[in-house]
Amino acid sequence: MSKHHVTATINGEPTEFLCETSQSLLDVLRDELELTGSKEGCTSGDCGACSVMLDGRLVCSCLVLGVEASGRTVDTIEGMAQGADLHPLQRHFLEGAALQCGICTPGFLIAARALLERTPDPTETEIRYWLAGNLCRCTGYDKIVRAVMDAAAEMRGAR
Amino acid sequence: MAHVVLPQVIVDRFTTGVAEVEVDAKNVRGLMKALDERYPGIAAVLEDEMAIAMNGSIYHDAYLEAVGADTEVYFIPRIGGGR
Amino acid sequence: MTAERKEFRWIGKRPVRPDGVDKVTGRAQFSADFNMPGQLIGKVLRSPHAHARIKSIDTSKAKALAGVKAVITGADFPSLPDEWVGAGRVEGNFKYFSENIIARDKVLYEGHTVAAVAAVSAAIAEEALSLIKVDYEVLPHVIDPVEAMAPDAPLLHEKMITRGMKTPPTKPSNVAKWAEFLMGDPVEGFKKADVIVERSYTTKAVHQGYIEPHAVAASTSADGQTVVWCSSQGQYQVRTWVSKIVGLPLSSIRVIPAEIGGGFGGKLIPYLEPLAVRMSRLTNRPVKITMSREDVFRATGPTSGAAMKIKVGATKDGKIVAAEGEFIFQAGAYPGSPFMNGLMCSFAPYAIPNVRTWGYDVVTNRPKAAAYRAPGSPIAAYAVESALDELAKKLNIHPVDLRLKNAIVEGTPSYFGPKFGSVGFVETLEALKKHPNYNIPLGPNQGRGFASGFWFNGGGESCATVNINDDGTASVIEGNPDIGGSRASMAIMAAEVLGIDYDKVRPIVGDTASLGFNHVTGGSRVTFATGMAVVRAAEDAVREMKERAAMLWDISPDAVTWEDGFARPAGDNAGKHEPLSLKQIAGQAAKTGGPICGHASLNAQAPGPGLGSHMVDVEVDPETGHVKILRYTASQDVGRAIHPSYVEGQMQGGVAQGIGWALNEEYIYDKNGRLENPGFLDYRMPVCSDLPFIDTIMIEKPVPSHPFGVRGVGEVPIVPPMAAVANAIHSAIGKRLTSLPMSPPKVRAAIDGDA
Ligand code: FES
Ligand code: FES
Repeated sequence: MSKHHVTATINGEPTEFLCETSQSLLDVLRDELELTGSKEGCTSGDCGACSVMLDGRLVCSCLVLGVEASGRTVDTIEGMAQGADLHPLQRHFLEGAALQCGICTPGFLIAARALLERTPDPTETEIRYWLAGNLCRCTGYDKIVRAVMDAAAEMRGAR
Repeated sequence: MAHVVLPQVIVDRFTTGVAEVEVDAKNVRGLMKALDERYPGIAAVLEDEMAIAMNGSIYHDAYLEAVGADTEVYFIPRIGGGR
Repeated sequence: MTAERKEFRWIGKRPVRPDGVDKVTGRAQFSADFNMPGQLIGKVLRSPHAHARIKSIDTSKAKALAGVKAVITGADFPSLPDEWVGAGRVEGNFKYFSENIIARDKVLYEGHTVAAVAAVSAAIAEEALSLIKVDYEVLPHVIDPVEAMAPDAPLLHEKMITRGMKTPPTKPSNVAKWAEFLMGDPVEGFKKADVIVERSYTTKAVHQGYIEPHAVAASTSADGQTVVWCSSQGQYQVRTWVSKIVGLPLSSIRVIPAEIGGGFGGKLIPYLEPLAVRMSRLTNRPVKITMSREDVFRATGPTSGAAMKIKVGATKDGKIVAAEGEFIFQAGAYPGSPFMNGLMCSFAPYAIPNVRTWGYDVVTNRPKAAAYRAPGSPIAAYAVESALDELAKKLNIHPVDLRLKNAIVEGTPSYFGPKFGSVGFVETLEALKKHPNYNIPLGPNQGRGFASGFWFNGGGESCATVNINDDGTASVIEGNPDIGGSRASMAIMAAEVLGIDYDKVRPIVGDTASLGFNHVTGGSRVTFATGMAVVRAAEDAVREMKERAAMLWDISPDAVTWEDGFARPAGDNAGKHEPLSLKQIAGQAAKTGGPICGHASLNAQAPGPGLGSHMVDVEVDPETGHVKILRYTASQDVGRAIHPSYVEGQMQGGVAQGIGWALNEEYIYDKNGRLENPGFLDYRMPVCSDLPFIDTIMIEKPVPSHPFGVRGVGEVPIVPPMAAVANAIHSAIGKRLTSLPMSPPKVRAAIDGDA
């Protein structure tokens, strides 16, 4: 089996990797690039733990092939903070205790950021439906929704 | 004297019908020894399978726990998380 | 006594958790995130049959495949004696434990491990699995626990005799154990009742549903020392199991806890670890195995399904005079359902003079049931709390008032023997009545339901070390995986005792070599028992620092007090010396006797039981039978909330799981005993848009045995929701649903009157 040579921009950095045809983008991130912040909960697109941005669109990286990333930009949880400066969503997740075990957290943060980029002032219902593709078994979602609302308010300059 | 209440499964196996006994003991270790002298073999089973309840609290593996003079002592199945 | 102290500096505050930044940036390492140079990939061959005899296994072709380094079967593991070992920390039967991890002569459920392979790549390992030839003799199977009790049911364990009966039966059966609790005389008691409710209920097996699948990496060096990286609810538990099942001394195994992506009881026991360790010892190379989501559903967890009969009787004024309950719990392939907890928790919240509960632990051709949050109690509570709602309606008493009239208080005798200590049950009910949600008017097709729940809470063995660093900070080593913010609670308690800032305290979860034995993260014991160890260890460090200060001042240690992080001379010496800060004392540690560290090791006793009361509003769509949760209010006696956000989080998370259990979740089997819904698409857990905000009421009734009054909080919240939702549905449509899940077709059928 010969591997594909793929070039992509990952978290703003030019990146090259080799992958097999059948390898998902999630496998590539985790196994080839050691970016293990994206998590695998199902490999069937049902849990959202593997959420990343592909060319600015929210995708489940377990449903995308590694080769499909060729020539495109991929943004993962590892690129969300700017050095030591956390993204407001990351800060509000911490301050609002929006994580318990934390396995779902990278996926929620990526998905929530995608929402706020489109909808800076989402209603509770909009947040709940947007995040319905991300499973969390620990929190009952209460503090996650509140953290997203708080971060949105801060980012809008409303507080 | 502590007043000890034994569960039915233990009564059936060890005490030929005696469900309540008075025992003089300072702590759980002493209590077990005293019971075992009366009903040989009972202590090992109580220690392995049972928790002790005294004064509204539950104790597991607690040799050192003091047994008060008029304490009512109960044995209940160990509380497990389930395996 | 600290428990009475009103003012706390850190307890009750909501600081950011110490491991938080790693978890929001993707740095935290969960079990599947470990990789080692030269590592082999392990894969597991699982049974396609629900019940079959293994006639032979031919691994020769798999072993011959290039790149395959090890192939193992049950024959590679020692056979363990069929005995029940009762010792506290590992009670159970290791023959069964071992055979559940890898089958010997029979497979007992679809997904049962038959063999495992380690190879240089995942693809080669997969291919090797397909080359293993297993010759099965398929046997008749049984999935339902009631059917499994029938005299002609296929036997899973041909020699199994029911335990727990006064006269043991002579014939083997699928009933592993029988038990009974009796107080008073229910037959006489029911004669005094004006109103009696009698009804049967069933629940289905549901999975814990943690988002992180099981994974492990194990490495063995040439001298036989094995290191295991995995996420679990107890690294010491993993070590014990690996030691017994692989047959190794404890000292040759070191288990390093990874961050854990949810457990809820399902990660108390290992599945993959013995396989990975065995293969790493055969190859002297690291072996990594991860489960797929399908594997997780087919071969781990779930909790029991059950069939129950409840009878409760009360006088006209609402006093419950007698109660009975029969509880048939499905254990899965090996004995060990939580039926005993069900028998004890079911009627526990109520002062009833005449009670009898009895039950059966029944083996069936399903994965072995594992613990799931307050194991046994939610199942029993669904039945009992539904029956009480019906009783309240018949008596024309508000369901909360019925519970208040019969609620246990300190000193109430339980039907399993002892009297209850301090419990805050009445307070949880009264708090509901005062909550604004209690009086919100309901619209058409809407209903409001109430239910309560009980859990014992656990204590047990814990130890902790507090190291005082020379810059005035402290490191805390504890031995319990942090599954929902417990590092924060430990740091808060240590900071409180040491009198220094929270962010000067850094807790870590140690591996099995860095501390003595610690019991599991489970039974709602960690903040109570391990918290107690951390408090005692911090106090030990304070005692040491007082001695060092006394030495520097040439006074007796008894004449030194510790306040807000400073040693101060007291008594006759008060004011004679400048107070010494923790940092100053630590800075001179080399001169005054060496490093300062406190340690404590204990077996925490007398945990306070937990009680909670819930109120839920639902709206039922009469067309589809879909139930929408409109509002949810959970009230609970939490003892003392060390970090209130994480206490609320436990309550909200438990409620959400309970709502899933109530409305959607179930294991569905086809006629061949194969699981039909082993994925998140068809095993539907609640998502964000299914739920409203979940309101919490924390009642603090401190537990006397803990220095800060901590009561376990993690398990009670999953106990009431199923009944609360069922009762709300009844209030909305006037129909009572007596089988879980209350999925749309069932609700629809109930509305149409054929339920
Ligand atoms: S792992 Fe991709 S959605 Fe679950
Ligand atoms: S915090 Fe555990 S799954 Fe979300």
